[in-house]
Amino acid sequence: MDKRLSAPLRFLGWLDDRIPVSRFWHDHMACYYAPKNFNFWYYFGSLALFMLVLQIVTGIWLAMNYKPSAEFAFASVEYIMRDVDWGWLLRYMHSTGASFFFIVIYLHMFRALLYGSYREPRELLWTIGMLSYLVLMAEAFFGYLLPWGQMSYWGAKVIISVFSVLPWGDELATLMRGDYLISDATLNRFFALHVIALPLLLGILVGAHLMALHHVGSNNPDGLEIKRRKDAQGRPLDSVPFHPYYTVKDIFGLSVFLFIFFAIVFFAPDLGGYFLEHNNFVAADPLKTPDTIAPVWYFTPFYSILRAIPHKLGGVIAMGAAVMLFFLLPWLDRGRVRSIRYRGPIFRGALAAFAFSFVALGVLGTLHTDRPWYNYTLRTLTAVYFAFFLLMPIYSRYDRELPEPERLR
Amino acid sequence: MSRDFDQRRRRFLTTTATVVGGGGLVAAAVPFLTSLQPSARARIASGPVDVDISDLRKGGARRTVKWRGRPVVVLYRTPEMIGELRENDPQLRDPKSLKAQQPEFARNEYRSLRPEYLVLLAQCTHFGCVPIYLAAGAEHNLGEDWNGGFYCPCHRSRFDLAGRVYKGVPAQLNLEVPLYRFSGEQKLIIGEEAV
Repeated sequence: MDKRLSAPLRFLGWLDDRIPVSRFWHDHMACYYAPKNFNFWYYFGSLALFMLVLQIVTGIWLAMNYKPSAEFAFASVEYIMRDVDWGWLLRYMHSTGASFFFIVIYLHMFRALLYGSYREPRELLWTIGMLSYLVLMAEAFFGYLLPWGQMSYWGAKVIISVFSVLPWGDELATLMRGDYLISDATLNRFFALHVIALPLLLGILVGAHLMALHHVGSNNPDGLEIKRRKDAQGRPLDSVPFHPYYTVKDIFGLSVFLFIFFAIVFFAPDLGGYFLEHNNFVAADPLKTPDTIAPVWYFTPFYSILRAIPHKLGGVIAMGAAVMLFFLLPWLDRGRVRSIRYRGPIFRGALAAFAFSFVALGVLGTLHTDRPWYNYTLRTLTAVYFAFFLLMPIYSRYDRELPEPERLR
Repeated sequence: MSRDFDQRRRRFLTTTATVVGGGGLVAAAVPFLTSLQPSARARIASGPVDVDISDLRKGGARRTVKWRGRPVVVLYRTPEMIGELRENDPQLRDPKSLKAQQPEFARNEYRSLRPEYLVLLAQCTHFGCVPIYLAAGAEHNLGEDWNGGFYCPCHRSRFDLAGRVYKGVPAQLNLEVPLYRFSGEQKLIIGEEAV
C-alpha cells in the first residue's frame, strides 16, 4: 500500500480491493456519459427516486406509532397527529408525498411519450418502469386503507368488488380480504403488504429500471442515439459526465420541488379534499356509505373509464386495458423518429388529444354529477384515450415526419 | 471545453451551497429525531402522583405507588428510627449523601423533607430490582447490628432506613429520592417540587 497517500485514500484503496466502490462511482456517476441536452422534463426521474426514499423514511417513522388493527388504527393516526412530537409533519409528508409521487411519475411517463423514450432499445426499460407503476398503484391502494377512515373502508370495498366480476370472483375477493367483509384481518394483511412486500418489490424494480437505463443509456429531447458518434476515447461526442453536470442540475431541481412540496405540506395538506378526502377524517363505519364517494385523484382517469362503460364486466375490462395498453407502446409505435420535435402533425395531434383526454377524465372523475352530458363526455374521452393506442400502428407509420439532424441541437 | 473559469467564484458558490444544503439536512433531521422522544400521552402519564399519607402514622407503616411506571415507597419513621440512623454511618459508602441521588432539599441526615416521611424510588441502584423492606425486629439473616432498612433480593445489596447503601454490597449508590412536596398534612405529591 502506498504510504504517500492520505489516510482516507488508503482506506478507499483497502475497500476497492474488496468491494468495487470506486468502480461503481466511476461507472454510474463520474464517467456515466449522458446526453448534454437534458431539459426540464428530465428532472422527474431523480425526483421520483427522491419521493420513493421520502415515502420509505416517513413510512418507517409512521409505523413506529401506527397500530394495524380495526380497533386502534383510526385512533393511532389521530394519536400521531396530536400527541407524537412532529407526528403531524411526518403524516402529512407521507400523505402529500403519495400524491406528489404520482404527479412526478405521471410527468416522468409523459416525458417518455414526448421523446419516444420507450422505443427500441429501451422497451424493457419502459416495461420495468410500467411494472413499477403498477406496484405503486397497489402500494397506494393498500396504504389508503390503513387510516381506517370512511373513504379507506369504502374505497377498499369497491376496489375489491371489482375483482368479483372475474371467474370465481367471490372466492377471490374473500381470499383477498381474509374475511367475508373488509375487517381487521384485511387491514392487518394490507399493512404487511404496504410496509414490507410492495416496497421491497418496488425497490427491486427501481434497481432493475436503473440497471437497464445505464446499460442502454438515456434517451434525450432530440431522440438521437448519442452512442453513434464517439471521440477518440470512446466517449459520445454530445455527452457530459452525469457527475457533476446532472447531479448539480438534479439537486437544483430538487430544491425547487421541495419549495412546492412543502408549501402544500404546511399550508394545504389535504388540498381541499383532493390529497386527503374529507370523509376520511371520519372513522370507518361498515353500516353507512358516505354520501359522495370517489377515489383519490391519481386513480380518477381510470375510474372515469370504469363509469363510462354501462356494463359491469365491460367497465372493469376497459379500466384494466387502459392501464395495460401502456405496456404495448414500444410495439404499437411505428414512427421512424422518436422525439416529438421531429414527429409529424398527426402524432403531435394524437398525443395532445390523449394528454387532454387523460387529464379531462381525471378531472371529471372527481365530479359528482349525473347530468346526461357527463356520461357522453366520459364516453367520448374514453374513445379518444383508446384510439391513441389502438390506432397508433397506423397513424404513426403514415405520418409526415421531419428530418432528424446529425447531431444534438 | 473552456478552462478559464473564475476559481474564487466557483469555490464561493460551492461552499455556500454546501453550507445551506447541510443546514437544510440538519433542520430536516430535527422532526425525525424529536418524534422519537416520549409523546404527549407518555409525558402526561409520567406526571405527578398524589399519595394519601393520613394513615401512615406508625413506625414502619408504608405505601408503594406507581410513578412513571416505577414503584415509589413512602415510609413513616419514628423519632427512634431517625435517631438510630447515625449509628450506621461508619458502615455506609456515602453517609453524607454527597452523590446526586436526591433533590437538594433531601441532602440531609434523614434524606427527606420532613424527617418522619421517607420517600424513595424503590429501585436498586445495582440492576434495578425492587428492594424489600426489612424491619430491625423482623426475621432476617443480615447480622445482629441490622437497624432495619431495605434489602435487594437480586444481588443482596443493603440500604438503611434513609435508603443509604452499605459498604461491601454490589450497589454503589444510595437509593434515589424523587422530587416531591407536601400538600397539607394529608397529602404528598410525587414528581413536583415545592414552589
